Amino acid sequence: MAVTDIRPTAASVLETKAPARARNMGQFIRWLLLFIGGILMVMPIAYMISTSLKWPHEVYNVNLIPEEPTLENYTYVLEDGRFYLWFVNSIIIATITTLSNLLFDSLVGYTLCKFRFPGRQIIFIAILSTLMIPTEMLVIPWYLMSQSFGWLDSYWGIMFPGLMTAFGTFLMKQFFESVPDDFIEAARIDGLNELQIWWTVAMPLVKPALAALAIFVFLGNWTAFLWPLIVTNSVEMYTIPVGLSGFGDEADVAWELIMTGAAISTIPTLVVFLIFQRFIIRGVVMAGLKG
Amino acid sequence: MANLALRNLTKSYGTTKVLHGISLDVADGEFVVFVGPSGCGKSTTLRMIAGLEEVTSGEVVIDEKVVNNLEPKDRDIAMVFQNYAIYPHMSVKKNIAFGLRSSKLSRLEKDARIQEVAGILDMTKLLNRKPSQLSGGQRQRVAIGRAMVRDPAVFLFDEPLSNLDAQLRTQMRLEIKKLHQHVGNTIIFVTHDQVEAMTMADRIVIMKDGRIQQVGTPAEVYHQPANAFVAQFIGAPSMNMLPATLNGAGLELVAGWTIETPLRSDTARAVTVGVRPDDLRLDTGQRLVSGKVAVREPLGPETLIYVETDGGEVIAKADGRTPPEVGQEITLFADPADLHVFDAETGAVLQ
Ligand SMILES: Nc1ncnc2c1ncn2[C@@H]1O[C@H](COP(=O)(O)OP(=O)(O)OP(=O)(O)O)[C@@H](O)[C@H]1O
Ligand SMILES: [Mg+2]
Repeated sequence: MAVTDIRPTAASVLETKAPARARNMGQFIRWLLLFIGGILMVMPIAYMISTSLKWPHEVYNVNLIPEEPTLENYTYVLEDGRFYLWFVNSIIIATITTLSNLLFDSLVGYTLCKFRFPGRQIIFIAILSTLMIPTEMLVIPWYLMSQSFGWLDSYWGIMFPGLMTAFGTFLMKQFFESVPDDFIEAARIDGLNELQIWWTVAMPLVKPALAALAIFVFLGNWTAFLWPLIVTNSVEMYTIPVGLSGFGDEADVAWELIMTGAAISTIPTLVVFLIFQRFIIRGVVMAGLKG
Repeated sequence: MANLALRNLTKSYGTTKVLHGISLDVADGEFVVFVGPSGCGKSTTLRMIAGLEEVTSGEVVIDEKVVNNLEPKDRDIAMVFQNYAIYPHMSVKKNIAFGLRSSKLSRLEKDARIQEVAGILDMTKLLNRKPSQLSGGQRQRVAIGRAMVRDPAVFLFDEPLSNLDAQLRTQMRLEIKKLHQHVGNTIIFVTHDQVEAMTMADRIVIMKDGRIQQVGTPAEVYHQPANAFVAQFIGAPSMNMLPATLNGAGLELVAGWTIETPLRSDTARAVTVGVRPDDLRLDTGQRLVSGKVAVREPLGPETLIYVETDGGEVIAKADGRTPPEVGQEITLFADPADLHVFDAETGAVLQ
């Protein structure tokens, strides 16, 4: 009678280990890639902070650790009244633009998504097609428009092109698709008017999208450079990126001051991110439906 | 008193007509079930009653008032959806309270009403939960609660049980029926499940392809089907249909014997004979067809037997203890009074 030997032999041990080894290898490569990615992400931030702690003569030295760390740059930037002005400008502009996008993008997105009316498809395509036009092409018409309306060098002039975005509208429309029509019809039967339905039923169901949009718009406006640079003239109207770029004189760019300003200006973006990211929870919409 | 009436209601989407004139009177407090195969227009009819869908022509009358041009909220109706449609970001209590938004009750009265409804639905302990913390059956109960608080003239249900598992469905079926006896409002209930229709309805409306086929009590549609479609749709397993000729002697089955019936025709006429599995016997009555037992399905008290005859497969019910063996040649008998005769072409019943 043939007896099957179930004891492991040397060969069988090697064989069974092989997949495990391949798995470890795969794991290693994955970690390595993530590690490289992480380094690539962190380096600019590390250099920003490092440079902000250096004296001017050391700025072009690539050392990550400053030889003589100093907080002098921070004192200088924070005591310079202009930085404070730009900071306030940036906060006002980014906040108003964000709120405006949340409101109008979702109103238009909702309408395009949930109402059937003639021309709906054409309007949607028209909005989408504006995504294909690069900002560089738009700044001249914007400028001429601002000029003729007298908006140059004002908050309104800086903000108006971004108060509503095609991308935001598209994003919201897609998210409203995930709100079942049953919810809306149930609310209609319960006696809400269309605006109330949008606000009390549809909007709470797309909170994750609103949070993502808020982060996106706020960051975009906080770091916007080209348009604010073109539309502003007076130093008091500058936003942070525009103002920082002017640190230094004709002979030399004061990198240590720019990096200091940049380091300080990341704080609000972190705050915005921390506030909104907790709303980005999946599956909120599905909870009211069949389980 | 009729509290809901549909007068020659039609609906077209573009050039496709999906409802061809629906007329129906529903008495106050009646439980009416719309049943029919998928796509026959049940939901469309219900949504037109609710005001969620425009009426192409005809009238919807609620409490003697034509409501065609009224908003859903002004029609004094409440609707429960297949997917429950309870708001996930609101607690159970808020969801139920939502149905009272447009009512003029004071806060205290509203609260009392919510508590009362929660009591009836046995949900008092769950009022502060979020929908995500409820089971499917509980969610559907919240949806019913939201409809109930308003005490509408008409309740509309669109397949509210189809997302529940079989056991829960049976239980909720009973609960909704009890609820109806308790609150007494008119209910229009849509389903494609004929068992649901039979067990719950005061009256059943059977639809097909946008037309009403028959309206009647469960007993009427079961025992006196108006046409071959209704006969086959109602009852499980469905009615056996055997081709036959009606002539001066009676019914001559194409693949069986001739049966003497009071129904005669001077000129030979092609008909279909319908007979329910329950009405087939193995020994008594008139001889119908014979064949070989192909399959047996024991159900406990009785056994379903599938008999292969020359006219196709015939299903019969046999005794649960001593059913015929598979492969056995048997003859099936029936009382002529239990036979339904339909015109072969139109499907209409012949009296
Ligand atoms: N918006 C629409 N546009 C065109 N046709 C539609 C529209 N809505 C429904 N229909 C058609 O109307 C017919 C009836 O649909 P309805 O939803 O009333 O069916 P139903 O009886 O409720 O079916 P089910 O049991 O599947 O829910 C179907 O043939 C459907 O294709
Ligand atoms: Mg339907």
